[in-house]
Amino acid sequence: MNEKNNSLLVYTLIYFGFLYIPVLFLPIFSFNDANYMSFPLAGFTTDHYEEMWSKRNLHKALWASVKVGVVASVVSTAIALLAAKAFVRYKFRGQNVSYGAIMMPFLIPEIILAVSILIIWINLGFPLGLVPVTIGHILFCTPFAMLILIARIEGFDFSLEEASRDLGENAWGTFYRVSLPLYLPGIIAALLLSFIISFDEFILAFFLSGSDATLPMYMWNQMRFVKKLPHVLALGAVIIVFTTFIVLLAFWLRNVGQGKEKKDIAIKL
Amino acid sequence: MNENFIQINGISKHFGNVKAVDDVSFSIKEGEFFSLLGPSGCGKTTLLRLLAGFEYPTNGNLLIDGSDITALPPDKRPTNMVFQNYAIFPHINVEQNIKFGLRKLGLTDDEIKKRVDDVLTLVKLEGYEERFSGQLSGGQRQRVALARALVRQPKVLLLDEPLGALDKKLRDEMQLELRTLQKEIGITFVFVTHDQQEAISMSDRVAVMSEGKIQQLSAPNELYKNPENIFVSDFIGETNFLKASTKSKDGDQINVAIEDLGDFKVKNNLNIPENSSDVVCSVRPESMMISRDKSDWDICLEAKINQTSYLGEMTRFYVEVSGINKVITVSSQHFDNQSFENNTCFISISLEDISLLQKK
Repeated sequence: MNEKNNSLLVYTLIYFGFLYIPVLFLPIFSFNDANYMSFPLAGFTTDHYEEMWSKRNLHKALWASVKVGVVASVVSTAIALLAAKAFVRYKFRGQNVSYGAIMMPFLIPEIILAVSILIIWINLGFPLGLVPVTIGHILFCTPFAMLILIARIEGFDFSLEEASRDLGENAWGTFYRVSLPLYLPGIIAALLLSFIISFDEFILAFFLSGSDATLPMYMWNQMRFVKKLPHVLALGAVIIVFTTFIVLLAFWLRNVGQGKEKKDIAIKL
Repeated sequence: MNENFIQINGISKHFGNVKAVDDVSFSIKEGEFFSLLGPSGCGKTTLLRLLAGFEYPTNGNLLIDGSDITALPPDKRPTNMVFQNYAIFPHINVEQNIKFGLRKLGLTDDEIKKRVDDVLTLVKLEGYEERFSGQLSGGQRQRVALARALVRQPKVLLLDEPLGALDKKLRDEMQLELRTLQKEIGITFVFVTHDQQEAISMSDRVAVMSEGKIQQLSAPNELYKNPENIFVSDFIGETNFLKASTKSKDGDQINVAIEDLGDFKVKNNLNIPENSSDVVCSVRPESMMISRDKSDWDICLEAKINQTSYLGEMTRFYVEVSGINKVITVSSQHFDNQSFENNTCFISISLEDISLLQKK
């Protein structure tokens, strides 16, 4: 198309500006030599980053978030893989109902999910901490992981699995030698995105973490003190870069190896 | 040679209310090239999948070489399959694809190497070991699928329309090649196809299926010359049906009245009863003769050529016989459409070329 459509271009620029300009303030102010987020900029400094590295509590919170993220992403991807395979491969009674049930945590307000888990957890007499946060994150991440895996498995030729059975492999051998390698990009994409969702999650952590702060909880706590704001900005900037990288990697992986059969992946709800 | 190498005993497979395979029984001989032929949805693929173990029968049992395999999973059966889309594993190369099924056979490295080399030579794929599925043509993929199945030295090789995806010339070549290969290695082949020409040209015996049942099981020439019912006569090759009714029997023969043509005495192989109006006569287009002049054949009819189509090795004429309100197809190698004046001709039929068939 040679004809330029300027109004569409303007719209696109405004849209992306709206999306990203606020986010860009974080890295800008994280290098600003002042305690307040205001213009004009006071000068360049890396002090906030140095301060960030020196915080013991931050390290503790980071480690807590990594632990929760790893467990939550591995468990939810495993659950999601089994469910996605069942939904794509088979037609069974109650298919739509069970699909809806798995998607539910994705749709109900997170705060309700958080309060529900909190009430049950406390009534069972268990202490708050990283365990209930992890359980909440598994519930919350599974629908995301399942959507990614369904998109991957939908393009899968199931006669490959039949061929493997035919060539003498049992169900496990077939999974290990044929299905797993072919699903792998989707599985890694699901792991990465679940990890990121868990890593950034605030509401569930707010209600369920007790005194074991995750990284978003740590940031929330620090923000109440003006003096501590700058190193939170530095931390925020680092997290944005890290998250962007992981998400791009996940999306690239989701499509890799599908070659000509690469399908238009629609999010199915 | 074992006459009952594969025994299919009263096999039914129902999917909900659909009887995909409906109480089928027959045997396949050892070393035979056996085809299951029929239109789509006739149950031929389901029957093959039952043999492979991808489906389990609703009723009946299956035996291969004397042992009951009805309840065995695919990996425990002495069968291997060539899939319709070949199902080459895309994440491993040709050599690894071929070796895939050897892992559990307990072979030494030398034996594995020998088997892989031998089978690569057999299917003429030497030099392609390192290629991946995406780098192969349709014909090469088909050879990989064949090699991957044959390398396990199965008792029975199952082939699910393996030539369907190839273009016509390659398909013809592969037909010959498959046939030669099968005779060379002597493994029993069960071949599924909807292409009657393919089935007829390759097989020792063919089972024609329709609506989950075997319509006829015989050698290809029998199938063509002596179809047992209207379905088979119609499905294999081309034919003309003429309405008729039977009268009295006369030894092996029977008197029939063919509508608008008169009374004739024809062979009665299928032992069709007397005085039945539920019969038709089938005459193949190429068994009739078309000529400019009247002939002394058993039946000779004056006709008008409606249309002709030139097919290279023969010409097909669509003619209208005076007095019969029906277009009859005749094929001939000796004439083209320029050979007839005013489109008038004579068509001649010999009584021995008439097959009497019963309607259902």
